[in-house]
Amino acid sequence: MKPAPFAYIRAADLATVDAAMQPGETLTKIIAGGQSLVPMLNLRLAPADRLVDIRGLVALRQVEERPGSILYGALLTHATFEDRLVPDASNGLMPHVAARIAFRSVRNRGTIGGALALADPAADWLTTVVALEALLHVHGPDGDRVVPAEDFVIGPYFTDLGEADVLTAIEVPRRKATERWGTCKVAVKAGEYAESLSIALLDREGRTARVVVGATDGAPLVLARTAQALLDGAAEADLRRIAGAELEAADRAFSPAKLTMHTTTAIRAARDAAA
Amino acid sequence: MITTPISLTVNGEKVSAMVEPRTHLGDFLRDALRFTAVHLGCEHGVCGACTVLIDGEPARACITLAVAVDGADVRTLEGLQGDRMMEVLKQAFHDKHGLQCGFCTPGMLIAARDLLQRQPDVDAPAVRLAMAGNLCRCTGYQGIVRSIIAARDELAACRSATD
Repeated sequence: MKPAPFAYIRAADLATVDAAMQPGETLTKIIAGGQSLVPMLNLRLAPADRLVDIRGLVALRQVEERPGSILYGALLTHATFEDRLVPDASNGLMPHVAARIAFRSVRNRGTIGGALALADPAADWLTTVVALEALLHVHGPDGDRVVPAEDFVIGPYFTDLGEADVLTAIEVPRRKATERWGTCKVAVKAGEYAESLSIALLDREGRTARVVVGATDGAPLVLARTAQALLDGAAEADLRRIAGAELEAADRAFSPAKLTMHTTTAIRAARDAAA
Repeated sequence: MITTPISLTVNGEKVSAMVEPRTHLGDFLRDALRFTAVHLGCEHGVCGACTVLIDGEPARACITLAVAVDGADVRTLEGLQGDRMMEVLKQAFHDKHGLQCGFCTPGMLIAARDLLQRQPDVDAPAVRLAMAGNLCRCTGYQGIVRSIIAARDELAACRSATD
């Protein structure tokens, strides 16, 4: 099984990528770790006339520690986070999430930026960056910009990235040391994409809470009322009712089973964060 | 047919070749270099049979483009002959019925070696979780888990003997 033929450009800098990504007749795609793109090329589900390999862009592997945040280069692999080879802004949430993405042989090559740029609704990083209120740094032909994670995903496999844009870094604000997190992921098999993935963040001292549900057929859903109820110490039955109502109101036409599953993962993540 | 030059190290030997960009590493290793321990099962990154080491880390050869490993150090099961941990694993797979048809075995062995390197004290449930990316249709996995646990114990015994 082989992909259809395509041309290949090995880029060493962003200027090469910019030149290659100029709009034209050639359907050009960026490839990083290739752990999602190559299977789709093999199955001939993703058309491409030309690939621009950005793995040689050393700048996209860097980590920059800022006073209030950490900037992670888009080419950092899942395994790099799993093994804690980079400083952590998330009180351990990012290494926890990374260790549960697919399998080690995939995590060694798959990148955080590639996963986000593809924007599979069920991808673990997508829900995580929304939960952590990250900022995504984007390089484009019209200059560089910063997009809040919550505004990045527009729909399934559909992001704010223009055709010639490159996601260069993920800036994660340093979460307060008093914040606790909880997660709940349901997948049919270990290493599979999530059927539902929820992340809850709770800081009783700082009086903040966030509950985010992913794998919801589009952008991850931020449950603001559920988060407020969690902060207010609502009983679990009330939390379930509020989360259920909030998910149902989210215009995703969930089946009753899916609604129950998403509500359940949200509650379990919240319970975990509050424990 | 447009081809791209690549230079890499495979099983310790320098290799230079012209490859079509669409050629995945599994086909390149098997067809061009005849390293046939790289077994191609699903060819879309699901079964793990084609797992090889790229710069010392396991990766799936079928979803890695050959052009993308230019400059890398690639090792297949053939290139791990004489590796002590691999010899212990092979013996354990032999002793504990870790294989039947053998199709998944090269990938199993390479993934298991990486697991034991990273987690020398891994327990059986964690072995199951870590090996979930490698599919076997013969053994029902019981023998594979037993083999890896046996190798773990053998390696621990070797370590304590040399302490």
